Order: sequence, then structure tokens, then C-alpha cells
Amino acid sequence: METLREADEVTAVMSQTQIEFEPRILVFSTNNISDPGIDLAGSSHLHYSPRVVTIAVPCSSGISSSLIEYALKRGFDGVFLAADGDECAYLSDCNERTANHVADAQKWMKIHGFQPERLRMAAICSVCAEPFVNYMHEFSRTLTALGPAGDKNHGL
Amino acid sequence: MSQRRIGVYVCQCGGNISDYVDVERVASQAADNADVVIARTAMFTCSDATQADIAEDIRQHQLDGLVVASCSPKLHTLTFRGVAERAGLNPYQYTQVNLREQCSWAHTDDRKGATDKAVTLVEAGIGRTRLTEPLNPLVVDTMPKALVIGAGITGMRAAVGLADLGMEVYLVEKQATVGGWLKSMDTMYPAGKTPKEIIDQLDEQIHQRSNVTVFTEAEVVQKGGTFGNYVVKVALHRPTEQTISLNVGSIIVATGFDVYQPEIGQYGYGIDGVLTLPEFQDFLKTNPGPMVYHGRPVRTVSYIYCVGSREGREQPNAHTYCSRYCCTSTVHTALEVFKHDPGVHQYHLYRDVRTYGKYELLYSESREKGSLYLKFAADQPPAVERTGDQLKVTVNDLLTSRKELAIPSDLVVLVTGIIPRENDALVHALKLPVGKDGFYNEIHPKLRPVETVVDGVYIAGACQNPKTAGESAASALAAVTQSASILKKGKVQLDPQVAFIDASECTGCGACLKVCPYEAISAQSGDNGQSAYVVSEAICKGCGGCVPECPVEAIRVQGYTNAEIRAMIDGLLMEEVEQI
Ligand SMILES: Cc1cc2nc3c(=O)[nH]c(=O)nc-3n(C[C@H](O)[C@H](O)[C@H](O)COP(=O)(O)OP(=O)(O)OC[C@H]3O[C@@H](n4cnc5c(N)ncnc54)[C@H](O)[C@@H]3O)c2cc1C
Ligand code: SF4
Ligand code: SF4
Ligand code: SF4
Repeated sequence: METLREADEVTAVMSQTQIEFEPRILVFSTNNISDPGIDLAGSSHLHYSPRVVTIAVPCSSGISSSLIEYALKRGFDGVFLAADGDECAYLSDCNERTANHVADAQKWMKIHGFQPERLRMAAICSVCAEPFVNYMHEFSRTLTALGPAGDKNHGL
Repeated sequence: MSQRRIGVYVCQCGGNISDYVDVERVASQAADNADVVIARTAMFTCSDATQADIAEDIRQHQLDGLVVASCSPKLHTLTFRGVAERAGLNPYQYTQVNLREQCSWAHTDDRKGATDKAVTLVEAGIGRTRLTEPLNPLVVDTMPKALVIGAGITGMRAAVGLADLGMEVYLVEKQATVGGWLKSMDTMYPAGKTPKEIIDQLDEQIHQRSNVTVFTEAEVVQKGGTFGNYVVKVALHRPTEQTISLNVGSIIVATGFDVYQPEIGQYGYGIDGVLTLPEFQDFLKTNPGPMVYHGRPVRTVSYIYCVGSREGREQPNAHTYCSRYCCTSTVHTALEVFKHDPGVHQYHLYRDVRTYGKYELLYSESREKGSLYLKFAADQPPAVERTGDQLKVTVNDLLTSRKELAIPSDLVVLVTGIIPRENDALVHALKLPVGKDGFYNEIHPKLRPVETVVDGVYIAGACQNPKTAGESAASALAAVTQSASILKKGKVQLDPQVAFIDASECTGCGACLKVCPYEAISAQSGDNGQSAYVVSEAICKGCGGCVPECPVEAIRVQGYTNAEIRAMIDGLLMEEVEQI
């Protein structure tokens, strides 16, 4: 009886931490294309987790892998690159460039024990309000299943 | 790092933010920051009064950094940069934090979550502002020449307006003749001039002005260069195929709309005697006097409103917007019909009558002359079928105890709406922003109604959203004023947020040079014989594509340096970072 109750408590505590864990997501958006899409999600009052925050830059290809690594090291549970599809006003090959930086970051993540699912890249257009919100729901679920990242439980 | 003197202003946005975010808590947590000298909330930070207060604070507290946490940076970055500048603070030491579109409105269901997020967003803004340096915009020459694309009423009015302000204008039209939709219409509201008279008059004005060049059967195929000096390639299809190159300072897009074409079977379309509004107007044009359709006299006409407009979102590719022109156009057409034959019975099956403004008078007049109006519900649309010689329209009338009425009709007119015009090649060449509804997107419908995110590219008329001819001409003039006010100065300030190379850190590896698609980076031989790499401010677009290539972070984009982004990341993780 005693042991059983203990086990119950442990499960209770575990499921509680599971419920309370809401992953922190950093989105890198682009000023002209994907950030307006994310704005539109808000203007349309589409909800997503308030633990999702966005930093807007001119073009996703300007995001160095070191910045992605920094975000994960410091405590974000996932990083999402909201790229431009083929609408970027600056660079026609910006997706390829961004993908290269993503690949670099993935290598680093592998070495440092971050699951590859913690980094995602997708094209978000200036009216992609619903796709963005769907991505965020899906990404939140994935990260919740993975649990907290980085030195919070990886002992980095 | 030496201490900064930063002012933080958190906007309530009249409830748009403060209904969902505890703005007082956001401001008081910002005030805890060692570099923050003053942190306040305001009902509307963009109001003239608050702008004046901020400017006063900048002067009085000698602020060297400013953070406004309000709506999207797309709306008010320029407003608050202006406030900073007027008060003697470098405008690039200002940071706009998006507390509305990306916080309060996205989390209306979670006040605590939204407030916690707002606190970190502001912290990130402060972190970035702490690292800002004063920047001075590069000034480039602009040429007083403009390109107008599309010669409907909008493009023609814009061309005349620009010419009258002393600009050189190129007007490029795809079709063989100018005039757009209006040129094929016989009558229009408001009464007065006919559409033909309006177009002929504009055409004459264009011909009188030596500084307007019109190209018909021509299309824009490519855009290069920079704001103030775009190089545009135009394909001329006549008299022989050739491509010419034009240098212009700005571009006004006035490519108009298309009309909705119903599916066969939709409200009986395809049955003899069921016409769209433009088809009916064409029929009237060629039928002076009492109407005869396919040999049969027309005694009864029924109109079905909102066909292809205001559709429910559940439909695929729904046109959810109101087409604006069609209620008044139908009422106007009904009055024309009475001129052909005052005895015709006319039934208007509508959802709402939107004859806005002075056109309410036309609506009243049509009722006085005998038009009958029956209101139907969106989910109970009328049905049309042929019974022998006549058409039968069945409708559930909302205003007379929901009785089902059958109206025997000789003609049924489907009041079809406006849809966006296919123009993929142009959208691609100019990088035009296309909205959810398929029309082109302005930066802000009220604050910056004709500007797009592409500098120097303006939109006007019905390519932007459904508009009447009068509204189209008015928006043309707005675009004229916007573009001419910049080009006439002969100079424009370019965004100084471009790349620069810190010479003390650059090792001269040349990695950045290889990746810049604009060839903005060049090697110059320095004093010590080593090559020094420099970025041309006028050519650089500030995309940042070069930044990740530099192994030592010597090349940076002003306003978006890795150091600034790291500071933002730290701010966004406030509690986490504090725990470390
Ligand atoms: C049936 C009907 C009745 C109407 N009745 C009225 C009325 O009574 N009163 C009223 O005020 N309004 C009326 N309207 C609305 C009116 O037609 C519009 O407000 C007006 O035509 C808008 O003018 P625009 O120049 O913006 O577009 P358009 O008239 O569509 O002109 C656009 C021009 O751009 C050209 N173009 C398109 N793409 C390119 C390209 N890639 N390169 C070069 N050129 C291009 C087109 O060929 C066209 O000449 C009516 C509309 C319809 C459909
Ligand atoms: S103007 Fe009238 S007919 Fe046209 S879409 Fe709007 S409500 Fe319907
Ligand atoms: S920011 Fe873009 S345009 Fe400027 S130098 Fe770098 S790659 Fe070239
Ligand atoms: S990549 Fe960096 S170090 Fe190499 S030349 Fe460019 S700025 Fe200098």
C-alpha cells in the first residue's frame, strides 16, 4: 500500500510538471513578408501560445547559425524560422541560404544534445495568418512532448 | 557598458492593448531597469498630445534612447522616429515594440500570459535600444519621373496629376486602347457626364501634356535599380516586338479589377434570359426604347444582389468582401430601365442595400418610380428556373412574414461583384504585396493608404480593393501627391540600416564579398598594403545575407547586429536569464 501511494504521488507530480511546461518558442520573422503574416494572425484574433515571441529581421538569410544556437543555449525550447517562400524582395535564393544556416545549426545541436525537432523552418507569407498559427500549435505540441531544452535538463 | 538614459512608453491603444494586457505592470517592470529613466503608459501614444509629451520628456530628461510599445512597427515606426528627431534624439535610437498585433490581439484569452509576454517584449526592446548608435541616412538623388501602370480612370487621372506637378510620366497600358472598364460602359452614376465623356476628356488632357508618354499594348517585365532611380524594362508589342528601358523615380500601379463570372447553374446562369449586370447593361446599350429580349418583350426584371460577393468563409476561394459599386450600379440601371419603359416591373432581391452616401437618393428615386425591394437571408438565396416562356424566381421574403414568393420574370439580372485581376508577371516583377482577398496591399488602409512595403511603389484604384470611379480617381490623386512630394525634392533619404564592416575586426578573408547578390562589397587597398573591405551604402539593401558568412562578426547590419539580437533574446528570456 505504502509503495503504491508513493508511486502515485510521483506520477501525479510528473504529470503536473508536464501540464505546467509550456515551451518557449522564438520565431525569426522577416519585416516585409512573414512578420505582416504574423501581425495578421493577431489582427484576426487567432490565438497561439503567449510563450511564442518574435524577432523581425530584414531577411531570414541574415540569421547566423550562432544566433539560433544562442537562443537554445539561453533557454528557448524551440526556434522557428518564418522564411519568405519565394517572395523575398532582397534575395531570390534566400531560402537556400537560410537552409544552409539551419543545417549548420543542426550539426551543432546534434553535438550538444538538442533534438533536431527543436529547430523548424517554413515559408510564411504576408497573409499566412492561419498557417502560422497552425505551425505554432503543432510546434508547441512537439516541444511539449520533448520537454524542456538545454541546460534545464540536458546538463549542458 | 556605460549607463543609458532610455524612455519607455506603453500604449493602451484605447483598450486594444490594455483590455488584454496589464500595461501598468509592463511599465513598472520596465522602470526597474537601470538604464530606464522614465516609463509611462498612455491612452494613445500616437496622439498629438502624447507625442508632444514624449518629445518634452526627451528634452527634459536628456534621453538617449526611446522605446514605444504599441502597435505593429509597420504602422508607427516612422511616427516615433519623427518624434525623436524633433526632440533632438537620433531617430535610429528608437525601438518600436509590437504589443498589439503580436501580443494583446493574439492572446485575448490569456491576460496573465499576454502580460508576461509583454514584459519580456519590452525588455527585449530596452536591450536592443541600449546598444543602438546614432545613424545618419544616406541621401540620394531622385529623378522627377514616374511610371504609371494601367490606363483606366485611375492611371489616366494619375498621369494628368503627375504631369501637372511638372513630372515626366510614362503611362503603360496592356490593351490597345486606354480607359479600362469605363470605356465600354454607356451610362454611369453619378449622373452628369457619361463614362465615354470622362475617358475622352482625360485622354485629351493627356495628349495636351507633352510630359506624358503613353505606351499601349505594352507590359512591364522587370524592375531594377533603387528607389529614386528605378530601371524598368517595358515590353512593347506594337508596332514591332521590342523591349525598352525607362528610368523612373517611382511607380504607381493602377491595374484595376475583373468582374465575377458566375458558374453555369449558379442562380440559373446559363438559362436563356439570365444575365450578369454587365451583360444586362450591354443589352440596354443596344436596345433603345422598350426592351425586347430574343424576340420577347420584357415586362418584368428581377435582380439578385451580391452574386459572387460577401460569400461565406466556408466556401473555397470565397469572395467575402462587399464589391461596393454594385448596389448603386443596379439602382442606377433600374432608373435607366424606367427611361426605356416606365411600365416595367422591377424586383430587387437584396441582402442589404449599400447605396452609401448621396446615392441613397437614387435608391429612394427608384422606389418612387415603382421598383420593389425584397430582402433575402444569406443562407436562403433565391432560386431561378425556367417555366415555359418565362423565368420563375422564388424567394423567401424576410420582411413580409417570411412568405415564399414566386416572381414570374422575363429577365433575371445577377448583380455580379468585382474580383482581383490575374497579374502574376507584374506581381513578380514589382514584388507587389498581395492581400488575403487577392487585391494589392497598402501599408495601412487609413494611415498610409497608397504606399506599399516596396519603397517608391504605390497602388491606387480598384487594383487595391473594390472602388467606384470617383473613389478610384481620388486614390489616384493620393498616390500622385505621395510620389511627387518625394520626387520633386530631387533627393530622398535611404534607410541607413545597411551593412558596414568594422575595419578593426575584418581579417580580409573576402568571404562576405562572394555572397552579396548586389555587389555592394568591394576590396580596396588600405594604407598598409593590405586589402580593406568596404560596403557601398547606396547599393547595399541591408538584407544581411553577408552577415552569417563572416567568421569574426566584422560585417554587421546597422539596427540588426548580432549583438542587438542577442540582447533581444536575453530580454525575451528575462526570468530564465535572471535565474542563471
Ligand atoms: C458593371 C460595372 C458597372 C460599374 N458602374 C459604375 C458606375 O456607374 N459608377 C462608378 O463610379 N463606378 C462603376 N463601376 C466601377 C468602375 O468600373 C471602377 O471604379 C473603375 O473602372 C476603376 O478604374 P481603374 O482604373 O482602377 O481600373 P480598370 O478600369 O480596371 O482599369 C485598369 C487598366 O489597367 C490595365 N492593366 C491591367 N493590368 C495591366 C498590366 N499588367 N500592364 C498594363 N496595363 C494593365 C487594364 O487593361 C485597364 O485598362 C462599375 C463597375 C462594373 C464592373
Ligand atoms: S454593393 Fe451591394 S450588391 Fe454589391 S456586394 Fe455590396 S451589398 Fe452586395
Ligand atoms: S546586407 Fe545584403 S546587400 Fe548589403 S552587403 Fe550584405 S549581402 Fe550585400
Ligand atoms: S567576411 Fe568578415 S572578415 Fe572576411 S572580409 Fe568580410 S567582413 Fe572581413
